[in-house]
Formats: sequence, C-alpha cells, structure tokens
Amino acid sequence: MFEVIFLQFLNGLDKGAAYALIALGLTLVFGTLGVVNFAHGALFMLGAFCAVTVRMFLTMETVTIDPEKLSPWGAPLEVREPLVQAWLGDFGAVLVNYSVPLSILITIPIMLLVGIGLERGIIKHFYKRTHAEQILVTFGLAIVAQEVIKSVFGPNPIPQPMPTDLRGAADIGAWLGMQANVITYPVWRLIYFLFAGVVIGGVFAFLQFTTFGMVVRAGMADRETVGLLGINIDRRFTIMFGLAAVVAGMAGVMYTPLLPPNYHLGMDFLVLSFVVVVVGGMGSLPGAVAAGFLLGILQSFASMNQVKAIFPGIDQIIIYLVAVIILLVRPRGLMGRRGVMEA
Amino acid sequence: MTILKRGLSRRRVLQTGMAGIIGSGVAPLVFTKGAWAQEFCNNPTGDTVVFGLNLPLTGTYAEEGADEQKAYELAIAHLNGEGDGGLLNVLQPSALKGNGILGKKVTYVSSDSQTKSDVARAGATRMIERDGAIMITGGSSSGEAIAVQGLCQEMGVIFMAGLTHSNDTTGKDKRRYGFRHFFNAYQSGIGLAPVLGQSYGNDRQAYHLTADYTWGWTQEESIKAATEALGWKTTAAVRTPLGATDYSQYLTPILNSGADVLILNHYGLDMVNSLTQAVQFGMRDRQANGKDFQIVTPLISELMAKGAGESVKGIFGTSNWHWNLQDPGSIAFTKSFGAAYGSPPSQAAHTAYVQALLYADAVERAGTFYPPEVIKALEGHEFDGMGNGKTLYRAEDHQCIKSVLVVQGNESPTSEFDVLNVVQEIDRDTVAYDPAIFGGDLGPAEPVPMCA
Repeated sequence: MFEVIFLQFLNGLDKGAAYALIALGLTLVFGTLGVVNFAHGALFMLGAFCAVTVRMFLTMETVTIDPEKLSPWGAPLEVREPLVQAWLGDFGAVLVNYSVPLSILITIPIMLLVGIGLERGIIKHFYKRTHAEQILVTFGLAIVAQEVIKSVFGPNPIPQPMPTDLRGAADIGAWLGMQANVITYPVWRLIYFLFAGVVIGGVFAFLQFTTFGMVVRAGMADRETVGLLGINIDRRFTIMFGLAAVVAGMAGVMYTPLLPPNYHLGMDFLVLSFVVVVVGGMGSLPGAVAAGFLLGILQSFASMNQVKAIFPGIDQIIIYLVAVIILLVRPRGLMGRRGVMEA
Repeated sequence: MTILKRGLSRRRVLQTGMAGIIGSGVAPLVFTKGAWAQEFCNNPTGDTVVFGLNLPLTGTYAEEGADEQKAYELAIAHLNGEGDGGLLNVLQPSALKGNGILGKKVTYVSSDSQTKSDVARAGATRMIERDGAIMITGGSSSGEAIAVQGLCQEMGVIFMAGLTHSNDTTGKDKRRYGFRHFFNAYQSGIGLAPVLGQSYGNDRQAYHLTADYTWGWTQEESIKAATEALGWKTTAAVRTPLGATDYSQYLTPILNSGADVLILNHYGLDMVNSLTQAVQFGMRDRQANGKDFQIVTPLISELMAKGAGESVKGIFGTSNWHWNLQDPGSIAFTKSFGAAYGSPPSQAAHTAYVQALLYADAVERAGTFYPPEVIKALEGHEFDGMGNGKTLYRAEDHQCIKSVLVVQGNESPTSEFDVLNVVQEIDRDTVAYDPAIFGGDLGPAEPVPMCA
C-alpha cells in the first residue's frame, strides 16, 4: 500500500507542478499590474508551440525519388533525408533528439517579447477599467491566439517526443533501498517536477534577492509611494508581465512530451489555474504555488480506485469541491491578502 | 335504377367501383418503376445525388476522420468514373457502371463531428435538411454512430456507418436504416483470445483501462469474457473519460495491483496517449507474478500504431483490414489510395470506401433510391473482392460477417508505414455469432418517414 500512496503522491506533485507554474505567472501579473489575465493559458499554449516550431525546423527534410525502389502502392519511392543531420552529422541528430529542452532557449526571448508587446500594446489601456472588462479583453486575446495557432498548425495535437535517453521509468524504489521495480516513475515527469521547482525557486529568488525584485515587491505593496520615490515602477511591471509570459511559455515547452499540444491546450489549463489562484489567495505567490501542489496531490489521491469505489467520480470534481470548502472557510484563500479583489 | 334494370346488379356496380379505385391508386406502384417518386426524404430529382459525410476532423479520433474523408473522396471519384476505378474493378457481384449512381453524378457535403455524438447528430440533421443528403456515412466513434443511425431511422435516410466497433451498433441499438461493414468488439474477443493464450499462457491477471462510453464498455465486456474463458482473471476494470490526455493517475494503481497484463480499451489519440504513457511508466520492462508484464490493445489501427511509435512494438490487437493483405481487392485499394495521397490507407479509410461503394451498388441493384428497396438490396447481400474475403451483410442485424485480422506491432519496420504485422486471419465462420445474443430491434423500413 505504501508504494501505491507514494506513487500517487509523485503523480500529485507532477500535476501540481504544472498547476503551480501557470498559477505563478497569473499571480505575478495580478499582483503587479492588478490585471486578471485570462490570456495566460494562451501564453502556456504559445510556449508549447514554440517547441513544435523548433522541431519542425530541425526535422525539415529533402525529398528525392529513388526510381529503383517502389512504395507499397507501386510508385517510385520517396527518399527523405533530414536536412539538419545531413549538414551537421551526429550533432544534428543530437539537436533533433533534444529539440524539446533546446526549445527553451528560443522560447525565453520570444515569450519575453510577446509578454512585453501584449502589455504595452493592449493590456496597459485597461489598467483603470473594471476587472470584468479586463477579463473580457484578455479572454478575447486568448481566443484570437488559439484561432491563429489553429489556422497555422491545424486543429489536431502534434506529438513532441522526449529525448530517447530520458524515456522510460526511473526505479525510485531501488534508489531508496527498496526492492527493484516496485516504485518506478517516468523520468520525464521527474524532470518536469524538478524543472518546475527550479523555475519557482528562481522567480522567488529573483523577487527576494535582487534590487529589481525588491522594487517590484515594494511596488506590489504600495505602487504610489514607490512612484513618488522617482522609480519608474510601470516599466518594471511591464518586465514582470514579460517574465510571467516566459514562465508560462517554459512550462508549456516542457509539458509537450507529456501532452501533445493543440490549440486548445491553454483553455484546458486556464480554468484549473484560476481555481488554484483563488484557492491560494489572489495576489499571493506562495499561495499560488502551495495551492497548485495541494490540489494536484488531492486530485491524484481522489483518482485511486479505493477512493472512487466509495465516491464514484470524485476525481473529476475534487478540485472544485476543495475550492468551495476553502472559500467558505477562508474567503481570501489560503494566503490571500486583505483588500485584494474586495470591494 | 334504370341501369340496374338493364342487368347490372348493385353488387356489380360496387365491384366495378372498387376495382376502379384500386386500379387507379395501386396500379402505378406495381407497374411503374420508381413509382415512389417524391415520397421519400431527399429523393434526387436533378442530375446529381449528394452523400453526407459526417467525419470527426477534430477531437480524439481526428486522424481516422481525415483518412475517412480521403477515402470517401476517392470512392466518389471512382463512382463517377474518374481515376483508376479502384475496387469497382474487383467487386463481385457488381451493378456499378462508373457513371455515378443510376446515371446521376455523386457529390458530397461534409460536417466535422468533433468526435462528439451531439455534434454528429446536429451535423447529420443539417446535411439531410439543408443539403439534401440521400445517404449519411462516416464517423469513427460508436457513440456518434448510434446517435446518427437513430436520427437516420427517424428521418428515413440510410446510414452507412464508418468506423464503429461497439457491439451495440448492430446489437441493442441496431436500426433498419443503419448498416455496419466494420467488425465489432465481440469478434475482436473471439479472434484475439486464442492468440493471447498461445503467447502469454492461460494464467494471467488482467487490468482493464476502458474509455467510458458505449464502445469501451462493450469491448471491455467482450474481451473480459474471452480472456476469462481462457482462464485469465480480471483484477480490475477502470473507466477513463473519452478524450483524457494524462493517464498517470490511472496507470500508477496498476503497478502494484497484482496484474500482469494491461488491456487498453482505448482508440485513436486516447490509445496513443495511454499506451505511450504506460510504456513511460516502465510497464513493458516490469515483471509481475513471475512473468513479463504485457500490454494488449484489442482494437488497433496503423494510424494509432504510427502515433505510438516505439511503444507499439510487439503489442497484439485486432483490425478490420490491413493494407498489406495480398488479395486483389486490398492490392487495388492500396494502389489507388497510395497514388492519390502518398500513404497507404488505414482500416478506417477502407471501411469508409467500401461502405460508399456498397450503398451505390445496392441502389443500382434496386433500381431506385427509395430507401426500403435499397435496404432490401443490402440485407442478406453477399459479395467478395473488397479485401475481407467473402462477406455477408447479415439481414438480421445489418452486421457484415467477414474475416477478422489479429495484428501485432512490427518489431523491425522497414518503412514508416510498416508498423503492424498481420499475425492471423480469422475466417468469417469463426467470428460469426447468433445476432440474438445482443438483442435489439431493427424497426420498420416502411412507412418511410419524411425528413422535412
């Protein structure tokens, strides 16, 4: 039984990592700019499609006809040769194999520009509007983004293989001195969890230990006073919007081997992520991360056969059930601040 | 009264009158071919006839839908006398002439069913009412097929089902206006179980993950029955939502459940995801109960095998048809399809193409588009040359009875298309069964409902 519980716990951490990463970006935007950004899921999806695009370029092929060989339908065989491998040999093959993690390098500047462009181009015009209007505009942006992706990449999911060395399962039981093959878990899911930990830790360290971060935190607490000190807080908040887009984009890239991305990917995560933010407390970064992991773990345990035998279908509703209970007991969420989203 | 006095009795007058009424009312129906003109839904009056293609172009079964669309376009081209003729050249017996159907050129309209039953039903309604479709065909999900064939029964339009594998389609939910060429879950069980027993032994513990809708339920039931008859035990059967993407929460409980076989009652993208993730969880490298852990996918297609890549190697399943069969029909279809689209056809494409031709042939043999006559032409019709050997469209349940393939993921493929090997061809007598076991009622063909 210990093995089952341990594996479900790992599953929960894995799911929670994805929720926490998206919720972290949402909270960064809300905490700094006060904007409820419904386009945040679309940024996760755009990141995933950065990975798709990089792989498309890396796997471009030349096609030649070999008249001596025939296809199964009797036509001369098309011989396809990957361009990158032809140009770069074994190094090209390594690039193709590691296309997903390598996409991170391209995704960071792209998403930073997308985030900054979005904030400067559209979102800044709605700072003084109501939250309802902000939600309408950002939701509209999300729909535009997904329709653009649909028209370019088509409606169906595009699988992204993980590097061959990182496929398969790690024998965690053996690492812990237990019998081999009792507790095994996919390597890429462990990597995703570690990656999420590094990103979340990096964001917190950036805010906690850098001057830039200190100013941003001060601005989050009292924007006007920081402005009166002669600091251009708006510019810093714009960069924070870009940073939130980068976090969402990187989360999307690393998730592609687990879930083939399609244009709807952002919307699939958006609703859950908002529940996570609300449960964690609007504007609270630690709350968003804690709630992400908490809900991921609860969802994982709720899907155990023993639990479902007592409460059929509980795995589908557990997140919303917990959200209702927490909001009844603590209306500001787990770590919500007084006055945030309160009339 | 005067007339009566001249020798005509009242009885004589009444007899003459009745004969006149019957003669004027019924005689045209008896002596005039096509006398039911204007009395059925979308009776084609111009020089074209419209097929309604209801295809899942998005959603879990989108790949199958896209391949079906290609096949229908090819079939329509061949029916109109274009291209190399494909299976028109090998269908036996055949009334097809390559000049459309009854001299009318075939056209089509299509609708994306999104792999959703309600959308499929709405799309079919639109194609019948707005576009004047004479026949509805397509679909890659049994949920869609059952919803649409129910609608077609209500509207008096024939439905030639595409890829649907639930026992219910020609079982408890069968309809007089619905016809299925594809095989079903019960036949998969009959075909697959002996091969599983031979390969993995008779002492196994199976764990089922099942797509939570009609097809998944009936496949789970059929495969459980077939494997338990071998001596296997079922450890658990867990339902997963159709279109689920992350199976980790369903896979982890299997690892220490005592099961040594995982049976994936999934199809399309669901199967690609669940199989790939099961392999990522190390299931194929595990030992359980002193045996190598195995994964079985009772229904598999080459599209899914291609999507699953390395994960599918060595895995057993069943298929309706495979492009590398060497009968004249399979060779002809693979050649036509490959030349048109640059890839061999899938089993979804094959069944779609065959259904389009069988409908057209039935209309030609009936000499009319009037649905009850077309139904009569299809019921009990026996044909050959379409890639599955001699095939019977059984009158009792509208299920095609033909051979079934047991396939296995190819361990050493020679091309990107060479992903499945045919292990065994199970003859049609072995997979035939009593239609009464699944119940259901076909319902009437007449009176023909009017769709508008």
